[in-house]
Amino acid sequence: MKRIGRREAWAGFIFASPWAIGFLVFMAYPLIASIYFSFCDYSVLKPPIWVGLDNYKALLHDELFWKTLKNTLIYAVIALPAGMATAIILAMLLNTKVKGMAAYRTFFFIPSLVPQVSLAILWMWVLNGEHGVLNPILKTVGITGPNWMGDPNWSKPSLVLMGMWGVGNAMLIYLAGLQDVPTQLIEASELDGANSWQKTVNVTLPMISPVILFNLIMGIIGTLQVFTVPYIMFPNGAPEHSTYFYAVYLYDNAFRYHKMGYASAMGWIMFLMILVLTVCSLRMSEKHVHYQGT
Amino acid sequence: MDRSAFTIPVLAIAVLGVLFESEQLTAPPPPDGKVHVKYWEKWTAFEFDAMKHVVDEFNKSQDKIQVDILSVSGIEDKTLMAISGGIPPDVVGLYGPNVTQYADNHAVIQLDDLCKAGGIKEEDYIPAYWNIGVVRGHLYALPSTPATTALHYNRALFKEAGLDPEKPPKTIDELDAMADKLTKRDANGHVIRTGFMPGEPGWWNWAWGPFFGGKLWDGKDKITINSPDNVKAFEWIQSFSKKWGASALQSFKSGFGQFSSPQNAFMMSQNAMEIQGVWMYNFIHMYAPTLDWAAAPFPAARPDLPNPTVIDLDVLCIPTGAKHQAEAFKFLQYVESQKGLEMLCLGQKKITPLRKVSAGFIEHHPNPYIKLFIDMAYSKTTISTPKLGIWSQYNDEISSAFDSVTLMTKTPKQALDDVQGRMQPILDQYLDRLHLRGEQ
Repeated sequence: MKRIGRREAWAGFIFASPWAIGFLVFMAYPLIASIYFSFCDYSVLKPPIWVGLDNYKALLHDELFWKTLKNTLIYAVIALPAGMATAIILAMLLNTKVKGMAAYRTFFFIPSLVPQVSLAILWMWVLNGEHGVLNPILKTVGITGPNWMGDPNWSKPSLVLMGMWGVGNAMLIYLAGLQDVPTQLIEASELDGANSWQKTVNVTLPMISPVILFNLIMGIIGTLQVFTVPYIMFPNGAPEHSTYFYAVYLYDNAFRYHKMGYASAMGWIMFLMILVLTVCSLRMSEKHVHYQGT
Repeated sequence: MDRSAFTIPVLAIAVLGVLFESEQLTAPPPPDGKVHVKYWEKWTAFEFDAMKHVVDEFNKSQDKIQVDILSVSGIEDKTLMAISGGIPPDVVGLYGPNVTQYADNHAVIQLDDLCKAGGIKEEDYIPAYWNIGVVRGHLYALPSTPATTALHYNRALFKEAGLDPEKPPKTIDELDAMADKLTKRDANGHVIRTGFMPGEPGWWNWAWGPFFGGKLWDGKDKITINSPDNVKAFEWIQSFSKKWGASALQSFKSGFGQFSSPQNAFMMSQNAMEIQGVWMYNFIHMYAPTLDWAAAPFPAARPDLPNPTVIDLDVLCIPTGAKHQAEAFKFLQYVESQKGLEMLCLGQKKITPLRKVSAGFIEHHPNPYIKLFIDMAYSKTTISTPKLGIWSQYNDEISSAFDSVTLMTKTPKQALDDVQGRMQPILDQYLDRLHLRGEQ
């Protein structure tokens, strides 16, 4: 390498070093250390002691581990498609040519800017079974609303409902994707006599399929790690652990029960699950996702 | 002349000025020759002010140590992180139920020798409070502010329901009968007032078993949550849901405001009788000064379990790795003196953990029932959290069983059998690992 090239390379490394050091110290080291801790009895305060596969074996027999996993999967299976469908529908509506569209777009995006903790506190009052805002609204159309947060059958749906509130970010990404759909393809399908539904299913959705895939993967990661809102709204996963999610149980093990080794094992199981689901999504997408120019 | 020629120098001076000012503001104060003891406490508002007053008095009383008190939220977690990071405070104010978990994790130091040398003696304290700081025969925490619980009842609602406000219930059967009279429904059948709810305020759901004579563990290695006495207590809890409807009660309770607010169910006369601690007076005084209320010993479930009360305690500990342990203990000595504890406990309007009470402590105490709360500390039926390092997890499990029982999705026996089945292996593993480390 020429001297000037080497100097530039060094300068580059030096400029990148704050990030590299931060990554190594705060991300890579804890990540790798947690593999080791998952095989240890470790409370953070005392030195770790190797216990082999004990933590993983205990997890297999931990009823609450399975319960939180089941809760999380049920939540993901409902919240992910519901959130994606809502975001796509909103994005399509906001992609039409209507007067004052900028205001509508802002209006639908703003809720996603509300911090999670404030959102949780706000919705606790919206969903309150006795004095909440939602039930009187439902009553006006003849529906007797449930005790959303106190009834184990309704606590998870209430979280899904709240999840809709934050679809603004996904909606924005879909909107960007929709604006990238070539107009000549839409016009060609119109010439072929396609109606709105056919245009959406056969042209628009295939053309934004890479965006859908991106949001799907981000959604899988996000819903499987759901934490802040249930942690604030449903202490101890009440009622009856119906809102006790995997990430909350992991946190409790790590920071409340001081079982950092056990929590590390849970973390790695979650990582593997997300990895498998992401790889499956990518594999399945090969047939259904269309990239422009390919 | 070009105006932009001035812009950069002016901006540069402004930035330098801000940097200089920020350095001035954040610079540590000049050394005063004193040892600074860092003290983290969980309290806020008037409770914090009471301890701040004690700290100020200590700082004034000598010129070698300066205690710097800081109110810290989520103190259990933050202290643990600070200890593991090697930067703990010198003194920390924790909750009584934390002590075993902290001691088992070597997060706080043993105080036996320091107390012996410093003249802090077990016999000066009410036994129930001193014992909370003792784990496996060693002392790890000293009492700060203690509490006992009693039945608080709304005298006005008693009168309205045709009950004699001078005769509170003495047995659980009487409590049930009075609760029935005090509970009200509207024309649509919705519950609009409860006489008594075992889940309100919900801080001692674990304690109902011991109120009925049950034990939460055998003191060694067996969880005993599904013992007949505990099952009986949970059957009593479920009787309220059977009587008034699980969802009706759940829905009514969901409308209760926060404890420390004027919307508190007891202060709003939504709940006529409630188990509460000595601190309740402070909040009634603050948010509902006109409330006509009284306190009495909680009704007994059995004649051999008279005057049952939950022993609640805040404690002071010295974290492992604290830099100024000797100075921290000097401060603890000051707080633990009769003068220090009475100053603190009177400031927080609570009782004192000491056997000896100075003349005037009761007379000057604003809580009209303070004598009752002091007497309760000597009750035969004192109930405190078990000394288990897995207590927070065990407590969570009992809370979940409590939910199942009040929602009537499980029978009391089934719910407690489930807790037993879950917690016994967790305790076994916990004890095995202590053994593995040679700590048992």
